[in-house]
Parts: sequence; structure tokens; C-alpha cells
Amino acid sequence: MALTKSIEIKDDLAFECETGNYHTFCPISCVSWLYQKIEDSFFLVIGTKTCGYFLQNAMGVMIFAEPRYAMAELEEGDISAQLNDYEELKRLCLQIKKDRNPSVIFWIGTCTTEIIKMDLEGLAPKIEAEISIPIVVARANGLDYAFTQGEDTVLSALAQRCRGKNSGLINLIDRTMSIVIFGSLPNTVTNQITLELEQQGISVSGWLPSNNYTSLPIISPGDYVVGINPFLSRTATTLMRRRKARLIVAPFPIGPDGTRAWIEKICEVFEVEPKGLFQREKDVWSTLDDYIALIKGKSVFFMGDNLLEISLARFLIRCGMIVYEIGIPYMDKRYQKAELDLLKSTCSEMNVMLPKIVEKPDNYNQLDRIKDLKPDLVITGMSYANPLEARGINTKWSVEFTFSSIHGFSNARDILELVTRPLRRNSSISKMSFS
Amino acid sequence: MRSMLERERSFTPVTASVVDRHVLARGSQEKVINNITRKDREERPDLVVLTPTCTSSILQEDLKNFVHRASLNSKSDVLLADVNHYRVNELQAADKTLLQIVRFYLDKYKNTDKLSKLKTPKPSVNIIGSVGLGFHNHHDMVELKRLFLDLGIDVNLIIPEGITVEELCKITQAWFNFVPYKEIGLLTAQYLQSQYNLPFINIIPMGTIQISSCIKAIQNLLFSMGQKVDYSKYIDRQTRFISQSAWFSRSIDCQNLTGKKAVVFGDATHASAITRILSSEMSIRVIWSGTYCLNESDWFKNQVKNYCDQVVITDDHTLVADLIVKADPNAIFGTQMERHVGKRISVPCGVISSPVHIQNFPLSYRPFLGYEGTNQIADLVYNSFTLGMEDHLLEFFGGHDTKQVSEMNLSSENSFSWSREAKEELAKIPGFVRNRVKKNTERFACANSLDKITVQVMYKAKESQSL
Repeated sequence: MALTKSIEIKDDLAFECETGNYHTFCPISCVSWLYQKIEDSFFLVIGTKTCGYFLQNAMGVMIFAEPRYAMAELEEGDISAQLNDYEELKRLCLQIKKDRNPSVIFWIGTCTTEIIKMDLEGLAPKIEAEISIPIVVARANGLDYAFTQGEDTVLSALAQRCRGKNSGLINLIDRTMSIVIFGSLPNTVTNQITLELEQQGISVSGWLPSNNYTSLPIISPGDYVVGINPFLSRTATTLMRRRKARLIVAPFPIGPDGTRAWIEKICEVFEVEPKGLFQREKDVWSTLDDYIALIKGKSVFFMGDNLLEISLARFLIRCGMIVYEIGIPYMDKRYQKAELDLLKSTCSEMNVMLPKIVEKPDNYNQLDRIKDLKPDLVITGMSYANPLEARGINTKWSVEFTFSSIHGFSNARDILELVTRPLRRNSSISKMSFS
Repeated sequence: MRSMLERERSFTPVTASVVDRHVLARGSQEKVINNITRKDREERPDLVVLTPTCTSSILQEDLKNFVHRASLNSKSDVLLADVNHYRVNELQAADKTLLQIVRFYLDKYKNTDKLSKLKTPKPSVNIIGSVGLGFHNHHDMVELKRLFLDLGIDVNLIIPEGITVEELCKITQAWFNFVPYKEIGLLTAQYLQSQYNLPFINIIPMGTIQISSCIKAIQNLLFSMGQKVDYSKYIDRQTRFISQSAWFSRSIDCQNLTGKKAVVFGDATHASAITRILSSEMSIRVIWSGTYCLNESDWFKNQVKNYCDQVVITDDHTLVADLIVKADPNAIFGTQMERHVGKRISVPCGVISSPVHIQNFPLSYRPFLGYEGTNQIADLVYNSFTLGMEDHLLEFFGGHDTKQVSEMNLSSENSFSWSREAKEELAKIPGFVRNRVKKNTERFACANSLDKITVQVMYKAKESQSL
């Protein structure tokens, strides 16, 4: 019995789930990139000083640039319901309207609003009607979500604000080759991705989110949508169930292998023969040789904190690395199905063992495993990076993957730039006598 | 934050008992207790402090009971930090928690022979209030140790940074306590005075004048304990020869600063001390001085009342920014927030207090306290002002011309036509790399004999380059 069981595990990906005692950013951090992406927005985080401290510290110097976000800081009077939520929020929103005049105000719910059961979804429509600015509510709290999932909660709320065509009927035979992509990326990257698809004759009719709230894409029943990032499962669900859109489940365009697979999958849906895609991928790989030489055969350990882990691990395995463990905060096996399949096939093509996927990891146990395995690189958060380096283990700060351009053919090199940086740095240091 | 700012080599000994949906539905039940006993097993600490957050404050669970039950199953002592998120700030919480821990161990040792009843043979001191993430704290402690060494006083304990709870039983051996900052440590010192008859001194030894009065206070204290010490020669020698700042005050450099306008903002300790230094040691006019330590407002007002035109007590940074703009000073001394205000309105700023950035955890020796501290502060002040002067002179005479020349040289033989979209794309690239991207793209276009540069060409150029 035991023997057959172990063979089964080897054939398929092994999923584990630990205690969930791990470090990650609070999902309200999504405010920092979303306010920049949606240029006419204002984000109001309704929480305590703790939330404010986190945002101030995590955003570093950005907080000095007069960002379009603010804290509605809850005080003891709010908690004990001595103050009226409705009046307080209306007052704040009127002030925001007066000072900034945004096209939309996002309310970001936090742990505290959950615990005191503040009815943000109920209050928003009333205040929206009174101050005549749309108010979108997203519960990006630390009780339920991790880091990048914050964007997921915002986009899934935003998806419901997209307009649709008035036909009312689901147009399943519509063969217009257009698609809406969901996921927030810098404009340069969205241009690059849009151009890649246009070369295949597929037009991108819009992005969720768009640069402006006023230009949200039109999503009608039967329209095709595709995700650009692995952490957008709620948004995908909302688009399918509420907007009756058709979801293309594809690997994510991270790394040249992922990008090709992503485009291929979209082409397949539209029954288009991809043009020059293999050559395109090959050309990109050939520009990566110098970096790949550095990491080939080296081992990597993902502690897990931003949900990009599966895609990054799959790309690094293709680059010749050995992945010991993929920690991940949350694993949606349906939304990430194509990505998981690609991970499996990549492992068998590269002839390496399937990595263990650990959902809700326990950092303490992981540090134990890292001590035993001595990987060449640990991808981890800032709290463990310096202590691990002091113990002679190379680390790469995981948050940088979230804030760098890593999508599409054009940015594959940037991923390896990040991954190889500690290896390049430490090889230059090891020439010095003190180590 | 800790491993980043302090560049800590050890794992920060803090763990979370995670509150999630299940906890909301059913209470944290055994979770907190299991987490305490687990850490007890894994890390073998002497003390576990259960710390309430803003979330746990409103869950209103009986944390005291958890602590009691967990302590039954742990080798370590377990304490509940007696702080309320909605009533105290971080400095007050640190002050309270330090007292709580000290009191807990002294009560524990009280009726054993562990607690020292005898004083050390030589005069000795406990320095209370040295904490992680404190502003230039490590350097300050080194400087204070040196000061006490010079004065012939042994340092008995430095609390809390770097000691074990076991060592707290030695606390009463000291002749007196010294609290170098206003915000953290005073509660502990007051408790030790009332319960163990240990006197304390809380004069911040920042700036020449303050150091002198601090040392004189120590002298008087020791005198009352039967030690005939006379530090006046030491003060004189240090002031005239070791610290350069007294001489600096007389030099013509400092003369040029006379009547220059400054504003000061920070925690109560640093803002008050810097205000006094600027005003009484450098003849700089402090238009207003302020602190965000609202609970220290009376003390603060009293400290600076003769040294500035106006006192500001607020924790609203936009109000501070408005006041800075209104005052139009020659230099600002504040936190990182004020530094950025200064950047916006082109006024130089010296950072003198938390909240701070990683650059305020310098590798080199930079105390603010003691005689070496006076030198550091003089440099900080003087550099802020001269930089400002230099800037004005440059503006007056039309500025450096090097910038324009270097920009002109880039892509001078411009034979490429950039499409409108490509130009827009180029404009989006941050300024400091834009020219490099432009050059690389043109080089790529040249190599591939393309004369029209489109967005696609830009992306191709990026892909093709191996840096």
C-alpha cells in the first residue's frame, strides 16, 4: 500500500497545507499600485493606525508624493458605535470630493470593519447617490486575504461596474476576435501585451482596470476574458457568474514559455493558427543565455507570499533550476489549472522532480527545511532576508517581483535580472577575504 | 521593518497568533495558548509577552485568562502587555511595557536572595530606555558608556536592549538610574525610586549646556551619597577641547548663522534639545518648535518656552507642512516627513528624530548624546545651512551649466524619426534612464537599418539588448 501511494505522489503534484503562520503584505497594499494605475481614482482605507503604519512603511518614499489615498482612521468612538458611520464616511467623502474631485472613490474594508461589522456595501449606494461620485467597496482585509489578493477584491468589485451592450441575449456565436484582459499592469506592459496579440490578429477590446474609471471596458455576456496574473480568481469568478463572460483558462504570460502558452491558448479559442510564435520564443530565450548559465542546476526555495510563485517556479524550472518547495498563500486549482499543467509538463520535459506545493505555509517549519536543504536561493520576504543572508543563504526579496515588469516576451530578462542579482552579488563578494 | 532598518542579523523574536475567519466565528480558543506553548518549546525564551493589537482589542477576549493557562504549560514566564491600541501610542506602550516587565521580575525576585540588596562598591548606574528602532540609539549608548567611564561611574545595566530578564535582579545594585530620553524609561525609573529608593536623573545630555547640567546633577547626587567628586575640571576640558561645538559657536562660520531662521519638529526629546542648541548655542532663531508627542505637551512647552517664538503640538503632518511653508525658514530640523516637505519647497532639512528611514541608521558612529554628539549635531546644523547658501548662490549666478552640456551630447547626430506613440512611450520612462533607453533604441535601429522608430522597435530594442 505504502509503496503504491508514494508512486502516485511522484506522478502528480503534491499539495500540502500548513498552519498559515507566514509573513506577507496586508492586501490593503494594493492601494499603492492601483491608485497609480487608475488615474482618476481615490482610495479610502477604512481601518486603524495599524493599517496606516503598514501603508506608510510599505510604500516607502511614495507616501511623500501626495498620493491619492487616505486612511479613514477608526477611533474608540467608532468602534463602540458612539459615532455614526454614515455621517463620518459622508463627511470624509465630501472632503475628498472637494479637495481632489476624483471620478471614483474606493472604500477599502479592513479587519476592523469586518469585526465591528460595518456595513460598507450598504452605506456606499446611499452616500454615492448623495455626493454623486461612484463608490466601489472592496473588502481587502487581512482576515481573509494575502497581499496581491487585495487587487483581486478591488477588480472583482470593479468588474460589476463595467457596462455591457444592451442586447440582453448571450451571443455565443459572436466571432469578433476580441478579448478583455483583467489584471493591473503598468501601461508600458499593457501596450506590449496588446501588440503581441494584435500580431496574431486578436484585438484587445479593453483592460480591467483601465487607466481611467471613466473608460472601463465594455463586457457583455459571451465576451471572452483572460487573466494576466495568477491571483485574480475572484475577479475571474465575478466575470463569469455576474457578467456571463467566457473565461479562457491559460498559463500566465510570465517568462517566454508562459507568454507563448498564454498566446497559444487564446489563439486556440479563436481558432487561429499562431504565427511565428515559436521563433519569437526562441529568440527571447537566446537573449537569456548569459543569465541562464548562472542559475542552471541551482536550487531555489519559494517561501510564498504573493501568489506569483507557481508561474515563477515553472519559468525557473524551464531555465534549468531545481525547485524544492513552492510556498503559496492560497492555491486556486481551477483558476490556475493551465498553469499547474504547464508546471507538470515542464518538470517532465526538464526531467526534474515535481516540487512540493505548500499552501498556507508555516514560516518556522520552512526555515527548518531551508536549514536542511541549503538551497542556492530563497525567495522570501524582507523579515527573513537579512537573517538568512547572515546565515550564508542567498535570498531574493519576493515583493520586487510584484513591483517589477515581469510579463510578456519583452520582460523575461527582467525576471532573471532579479533572480540572478543575489548570485551575481555574492559571487563578487566571495572574492573578498572576509568571507 | 526591524530587519530592514536595523539590518538585524537575527530573526526578530516576534510571532503572530493569526486572527482569521475561524477566530471571528469561534474565538481564538486554544489557538493563542497553543502558539505560546509552541514558541516556548521551539525557542525556549525566558519570557513570552502576549501583545494585543487593534484587532484583538475589539475582539475583547479574555487574554489574561489565556496568559494564565499558557503559563501553566510553559517553562517561560508569560505576560500580557497592558496596552490599549485606542488609548496609547507606540512610545507610551513601550514605556508601560518596560515598567511592567521590570516590576514583574522584581516582584518575582523580591523575597528570594536573588535580588541584590547591596550596592556596588564603586558608584554605578543603570541606563534605562535603550530600545530597538530608537533614533541613533546604539551610538548614543556607546557615547553614554564612555561618558560614565570618564566620570568614574560603572554602568551596572543598560535596559532593555541587550539584557536578559535574569539580569534584572542586579538592578538594585546601582547607585542611581539614568534616563537619557523623555519618552521611554521614565515610568520604570519612577517606580524604582518609589519602591527601592533608587534616585534617578532625567536630563537629556544633548548639547554642551545640557551635558554640563546633566553632569552637575550627577555630581550633586553622588555628593549626597557621600562621594566627594568634582567634575567641573572635566566639564571644562571636554567643552573646550573634546567637543568642538563650543569653539564652533565662537567661530566665524557660526557667526554667519546668527539670526538665520529655523523650524524644529520631532519627538519631545530631540525636538526640545535641538531647539535649545540652535537657540542658545548657535544664535539661530527658531520660529517655531513642535512635537507630535501630544502626551508630553506640558513638559515640552516648558522645555522650549524661552528658546523659540512659538510652540506647536500636533500629530497632523499636513498642518506641520503648512506651518513650515508659512514660516519660510532657512533650514528645517525634523523627521523624514519634514525632509520631504523641505524637498518640495527647496529648503534644506536635517533629520533629528523618528519617524526615520534606513539612511537614519548609519553604519558610522553618529551619536546625538554626549560630547561627540555635540560635534555631530554641529555638523548636521552647519551642513544644512551651507547647502542652502550654496543653492542660493548658484541660483543667483545662473546655476551650474554641466547639466545642459551633458544632455546636449546625447543622440546629437539625430537622424531618426520617432513616431508620436514612441515619443509618448519614451516620455513615460523615468528621467534618469530615459536618455539611455533613447540611445539604445537608436543604436538598435541603426544596426537594423530602421529609420522610423515605433513603439514596436522600442520593445524589440529592449529585448535584444544584453546589458
